[in-house]
Amino acid sequence: MKYLLLLTASLLCAQAPGDWLHFQGNQQGHRHSALKQINKANVARLKPAWTMQIDKTDKFETSPIARDGVLFISEPPSDVTAIESRSGKVLWRYKRVLPDNVPFCCGKVNRGVAILGDLIFIGTLDAHLVALDASTGNVVWDVVVADYKKGYSSTVAPLIVKDKVIIGSAGGEFGVKGYLAAYEAKTGKEAWRLWTVPSEGDKATETWLGDSYKYGSATTWMTGSYDPDLNTIYWGTGNPGPDWKDDKRAGDNLYSNSLLAIDADSGKMKWYFQFTPHDVHDWDSAQVPVLVDEMWNGKMRKLVLFANRNAFYYVLDRTTGEYLLGKQYVRQNWAQPELDGKGRPTRLPNTFPTANGTTVYPNSPGATNFQAPSYSPSTKLHYVMTRDEGGVFYTGDDTYKEGSWYLAGRFVSKPGEEATGAIKAIEPKTGKSKWEYPMSSPSWSGVLSTAGGLVFSATADGDMIALDDTTGKLLWRYPMGGRAFANPISYVAADGKQHIAIACGHALFSFSIE
Amino acid sequence: MRFTILSLWIAVAVSAQVKAPSDEASIRAGHTLYQFHCAFCHGKGDDGMAANLVTPNLVHAPTDSSLVNIIRNGIPGSDMPPALGMSDEEMLQVAGYVRTLGRTAPASIAGNAANGKALYAGKGGCAGCHMVQGAGGRMGPDLTQIGAMRSPSNLRTSIVDPSASIVGGWTMVHMTLKSGAKLNGIRLNEDNFYISLRDGKGKMQTVAKADATKIDRDITKSSMPNYEKVFTSDEMTDLIAYLFSLRGAM
Repeated sequence: MKYLLLLTASLLCAQAPGDWLHFQGNQQGHRHSALKQINKANVARLKPAWTMQIDKTDKFETSPIARDGVLFISEPPSDVTAIESRSGKVLWRYKRVLPDNVPFCCGKVNRGVAILGDLIFIGTLDAHLVALDASTGNVVWDVVVADYKKGYSSTVAPLIVKDKVIIGSAGGEFGVKGYLAAYEAKTGKEAWRLWTVPSEGDKATETWLGDSYKYGSATTWMTGSYDPDLNTIYWGTGNPGPDWKDDKRAGDNLYSNSLLAIDADSGKMKWYFQFTPHDVHDWDSAQVPVLVDEMWNGKMRKLVLFANRNAFYYVLDRTTGEYLLGKQYVRQNWAQPELDGKGRPTRLPNTFPTANGTTVYPNSPGATNFQAPSYSPSTKLHYVMTRDEGGVFYTGDDTYKEGSWYLAGRFVSKPGEEATGAIKAIEPKTGKSKWEYPMSSPSWSGVLSTAGGLVFSATADGDMIALDDTTGKLLWRYPMGGRAFANPISYVAADGKQHIAIACGHALFSFSIE
Repeated sequence: MRFTILSLWIAVAVSAQVKAPSDEASIRAGHTLYQFHCAFCHGKGDDGMAANLVTPNLVHAPTDSSLVNIIRNGIPGSDMPPALGMSDEEMLQVAGYVRTLGRTAPASIAGNAANGKALYAGKGGCAGCHMVQGAGGRMGPDLTQIGAMRSPSNLRTSIVDPSASIVGGWTMVHMTLKSGAKLNGIRLNEDNFYISLRDGKGKMQTVAKADATKIDRDITKSSMPNYEKVFTSDEMTDLIAYLFSLRGAM
């Protein structure tokens, strides 16, 4: 009953400063908390407040939503759990029964839910969008976003934009036709859908050989960002299909591996910027776009920062899409180190996959991947979890068949080398790192910065760490004892204490100062 | 208890459903898939750097269900990765093909295994580092089932060129500590903060990396010496015959 009252109260209250209401904390993709109860002076006293175990063995990639004393998380594959955020006690669970043989790429995972008013939204592995009652977990509506039998699935945390739920799709390894879709939050009615590969008659089909665009993928499997002033959504797209053998899809393959700027009301594309034209290494541009307003060459500009999987760091003008900066930030050997004047890479010879294998840096998982970055308005640094690893890329033969794998090749890690990584604190003005915190093996965890002057993340082996946001010095750590594939958040619980929460192994950990 | 029984029932039901196909079309399809996904490490089945598949009893995959499970998920902690890009049906086809390898007659192998056993214990000093049936050292892989896992040619390569393929989990680490002490051992674990080693005497130690001034890892170099010149050609054949005879618990 106590929890019901708490939940009822939460529905009536406006946003409290200790809430975490979007995948990235805000719509601008910052993953930065304004809370500073936990700070450089006291972080050494940070301790686990509670641990909540789940009974699943798939990778636990959720990033919680926090509102008025309740955390809302997804559990693999497509379940939702509400948790009292001071104690870690479960309030309700929504368990989704999935059809047999749902095709999926890289684990039965989900990266989080979205919240608006009294509804919680989850995209499911069978490519539905489901709205749940936030106080009961009951299904309010459930709509089919795409046909999972064609290879579509949703693992992405939706983004709330005004009265709409924006949802993307995975399926880039099944030759699907990528899209980004908007649904009316109250009713589940589709408001618009933007296809991320062209349709017959579109000029962009000329960037694909023959009708290869029909299986072009360019999926939208990581959460994008939103600028209310420009009423524009920014969303990254994934690889063209098939991933590795490219002879059947000659051309730039629009709009794969791109950042799309989309009118939030109509769903029309305002501009695009393609980071990796004609990708052959599966370097999805499925990273979180970070929106900041900063001085650029003496003039205040609206920028979008993008640390890309292809090993280049980009700054664009987010009003126009103009390319402002591109800088190599992780080891690579596939392109000239300098991009051309429009930000297009110049490929080096002998870097395409072959039947006998071609060694390329970075490996297919890239320089960064779905590890969410953070941006601190006080340090003006963009914190990115990076990977340093070579790969050997092979071509193979695949013919498109609906709902089946469409890869035409494979990759292996470069033999004889151990992959490493680092958290890099990148200065957007130069693309250079102010500091780097090395990882003995590359981590799949994202980064949270806080007004307490801290950067939180987890190592690949599950050590939760806190770094000084200006120097990268390690200030605190706690071994969680599992593999980390998730992104930390911060919130204030019912007792008024700031907490840091992260999923690791098969448990959700929440830390606070005693 | 109810849930335990229910889970067990489901497990039985699922495993009963998993049966690798044996029809010609499936085997042919499985062979094509095998060439692309598996042959890089397993070769033709008995001449690759990975486990020998030309054996009626696969150590990690006694049933079709466990074989498909390994193809699907890999073997955690080993170099066997999960399959990427195969449907359930295709994994079954691969399993069907792999089972045909096990039905071929076991390789008849030259050499005298009894002599090989004596060389293993004596001239080779192999037991100093390797264990068989619980007896021996711990500085290299346990060889109790090595004959079921490796082909004769693969065994020969490992003896004459140990660095040709290094089994995951056997990286030798050399550390110098701030105290000046030096540590050498097989790496049991490493993260951002600690390295755990087992030294030549079997002693396990965990050291904070912050306490080390130097850490070298033999990523591409096996700690095993080259034994090519230790044995005559006939002795090598006998030793391989002995190793190939090691098929698990007595």
